[in-house]
Amino acid sequence: MSTQSSTAAGASGRRVVVTGLGVTAPGGIGTEHYWKALLTGENGISELSRFDASRYPSRLAGQIDDFEASDHLPGRLLPQTDVSTRYALVAADWALADAGVGPDAGFEDYDLGVVTSTAQGGFDFTHREFHKLWSQGPEYVSVYESFAWFYAVNTGQISIRNTMRGPSAALVGEQAGGLDAIGHACRTVRRGTRLVLTGGVDSALDPWGYASQLAGGLVSTVADPERAYLPFDAEASGHVPGEGGAVLIVEDADSARERGVERIYGEIAGYAATFDPAPGSGRPPALGRAAELALAQAGLTPADVSVVFADGAGAPDLDRAEAEAIGRLFGPHGVPVTAPKALTGRLCAGGGPTDLVAALLALRDQVIPATGRTARVPDAYRLDLVTGQPREAALSTALVLARGRHGFNSAIVLTTHRP
Amino acid sequence: MTRRVVITGVGVRAPGGSGTKEFWDLLTAGRTATRPISFFDAAPFRSRIAGEVDFDARAEGFSPREVRRMDRATQFAVACTREALVDSGLETGALDPSRIGVALGSAVASATSLENEYLVMADAGREWVVDPAHLSPYMFDYLSPGVMAAEVAWAAGAEGPVTMVSDGCTSGLDSVGYAVQLIREGSVDVAVAGAADTPVSPIVVACFDAIKATTPRNDDPEHASRPFDGTRNGFVLAEGAAMFVLEEYEAAKRRGAHIYAEVGGYATRCNAYHMTGLKKDGREMAESIRAALDEARLDRTAVDYVNAHGSGTKQNDRHETAAFKRSLGDRAYAVPVSSIKSMVGHSLGAIGSIEIAASILAIEHNVVPPTANLHTPDPECDLDYVPLTARELRVDTVLTVGSGFGGFQSAMVLHRPEVAA
Repeated sequence: MSTQSSTAAGASGRRVVVTGLGVTAPGGIGTEHYWKALLTGENGISELSRFDASRYPSRLAGQIDDFEASDHLPGRLLPQTDVSTRYALVAADWALADAGVGPDAGFEDYDLGVVTSTAQGGFDFTHREFHKLWSQGPEYVSVYESFAWFYAVNTGQISIRNTMRGPSAALVGEQAGGLDAIGHACRTVRRGTRLVLTGGVDSALDPWGYASQLAGGLVSTVADPERAYLPFDAEASGHVPGEGGAVLIVEDADSARERGVERIYGEIAGYAATFDPAPGSGRPPALGRAAELALAQAGLTPADVSVVFADGAGAPDLDRAEAEAIGRLFGPHGVPVTAPKALTGRLCAGGGPTDLVAALLALRDQVIPATGRTARVPDAYRLDLVTGQPREAALSTALVLARGRHGFNSAIVLTTHRP
Repeated sequence: MTRRVVITGVGVRAPGGSGTKEFWDLLTAGRTATRPISFFDAAPFRSRIAGEVDFDARAEGFSPREVRRMDRATQFAVACTREALVDSGLETGALDPSRIGVALGSAVASATSLENEYLVMADAGREWVVDPAHLSPYMFDYLSPGVMAAEVAWAAGAEGPVTMVSDGCTSGLDSVGYAVQLIREGSVDVAVAGAADTPVSPIVVACFDAIKATTPRNDDPEHASRPFDGTRNGFVLAEGAAMFVLEEYEAAKRRGAHIYAEVGGYATRCNAYHMTGLKKDGREMAESIRAALDEARLDRTAVDYVNAHGSGTKQNDRHETAAFKRSLGDRAYAVPVSSIKSMVGHSLGAIGSIEIAASILAIEHNVVPPTANLHTPDPECDLDYVPLTARELRVDTVLTVGSGFGGFQSAMVLHRPEVAA
């Protein structure tokens, strides 16, 4: 078999570090609010308040309810942006400020790229335009619809707002797409771009978007917000969709040092993506292989991993498959595992990046947030799941996993940065 | 050692024919495939012309179940994938599936199915709170279209990295560029990459009507797409797809594969200027071109043909012409430049891949496709745009470019493998 890139730095020798974070998630907007909500177990899941969902079989969502766009963005951006793009723009502002990137940071043209993921585009916005088109006529469709809807919107808007002209992209891969965006951002840095703003954000909590998320039967119909999304619990009944996500600044380590960055959250030491065998093949899913490849790229082994941030689908068959994949790599009860997204719901493209933020803050504070309200983990899973209270532990390396519907798997390995 | 990447298989579904051969015949004949919109009653719309594909899903081998499940764009992508795999002669069953990746581009993804399902769930637009009782089991996949790449992966037996690259109108260049990176870095040995878009639907037509980006030349559909012509007044919306099999060069040589071209270089930049607007100077596209040539280790004088974005908006044509002059210098005036959008329209994210197909076929046949409908050149567009008639010419190296909403500017250099040092 042919060669495989097998070191953290790859052929270029460049190492990639995270120097800024921005979060807009249910239960906490702003990085520290989000982190505090995870550590105190504050539940971001509640009854949908955006429309009357009484006819719907599920009525819960991870909603951001303390975000006023006009507090954060200029008025001219509001008529042209979906709610998801507003979250992305604000998270980007915060992440750039956190990393100390501004007009005076000494970057040349094309030094700054943007790679984001959204799986749903500007859906609430586009639903309104569909409604106008079909109830009133084409002449009522917004002049902004052509770009407020499509999947590249967040990358484009962030690039414009912050004058970032480097190599940029937008990726779609459902719940795994957010990690893929971060992986591609790292690739872009290794190929020579000094800094890339990356991450993922989604929101589709309008009536049509929310209904669409129910298709396929993976959303819980349990009405109690405290019991509806219980990853790895014996009573797991599906997940709850949420909105929001996170933005991270990834940067060439040498470049970060040269510009005098003082705080480095961690290093992205490995990334890999795999795809499951086609349905009916009878072969096992490929999540474990993604984790192995990411570890190999980092030059690490499972024994080096201090904590796993799991995908935590919240459906018994998917939870079992993930527990088996983790067990095969780490042995029974071999590593602490958590799924803090139990408190935010599944954020689609925003899920992986928010998990990555949580993992970086876990490395910083040496504490693992718990898996929401999950309490009873089936013995057969043989998982050391962090439940109830956060767990203090010596942490140096985190493995973050994500799966997207139909077979997408992505894994990222984070380490404490040692210059 | 740097791994080199070559294209060994191609599949195209474009207006005016089904399959790669008919596509190339159309281009070299300089015929146009733009026509009055037939998919729905377009009377209420400003622009009523499109490049539609006469796509017969049954004849393409799709079962009724697959047709129900897959969006039209997905069907295009899968049909092209199958054609490209056969064309490559690659026995994918004999390969390690974990060493095959997929990168699929699309700008508006499952827009057709979204609109169809919307009309059912919202009672033709009467209801704001849609009725979940009318929810299709596939609706999630139209909302979150990762399944499009999944279907390509299943068709190709791919279990390596699989993703959708959705950069708007440069998606078709960027998806192939993404796949090239996967092979170069060693993540995979084979990738199936390309793009599909089927946007000829009321909501997308309305989107472009609203900003007058598409042409209102409804009385002359066959001559409506007029890149670089002084009388042009907007692009013609279209649908289509093209998919490729990409392989590591040494492996392709070892198995005696037919090699269309090497992907020598690829680069993308953003203009950070406006979501739909372009600065006149073409600066960022010029930078992409420079970086792509650099990666290919080729001098600008090596470029034998420029496959232009050439959408047929005044803004684009002038921006792009400036970018060519800025990046290619004197060579810009000497090299033939043409836009196949004059014949097959602008299929958004798909067109970048369809233009890669045209580029590698130009190398294959030593023929440069023309810019149709170019009778009265815009004085500000003063390059050799190969008007009306295809040109026979030794073509070793092609530069193809794309420009899109969001500010994306991408460039790719394709050449015969022998050209590289």
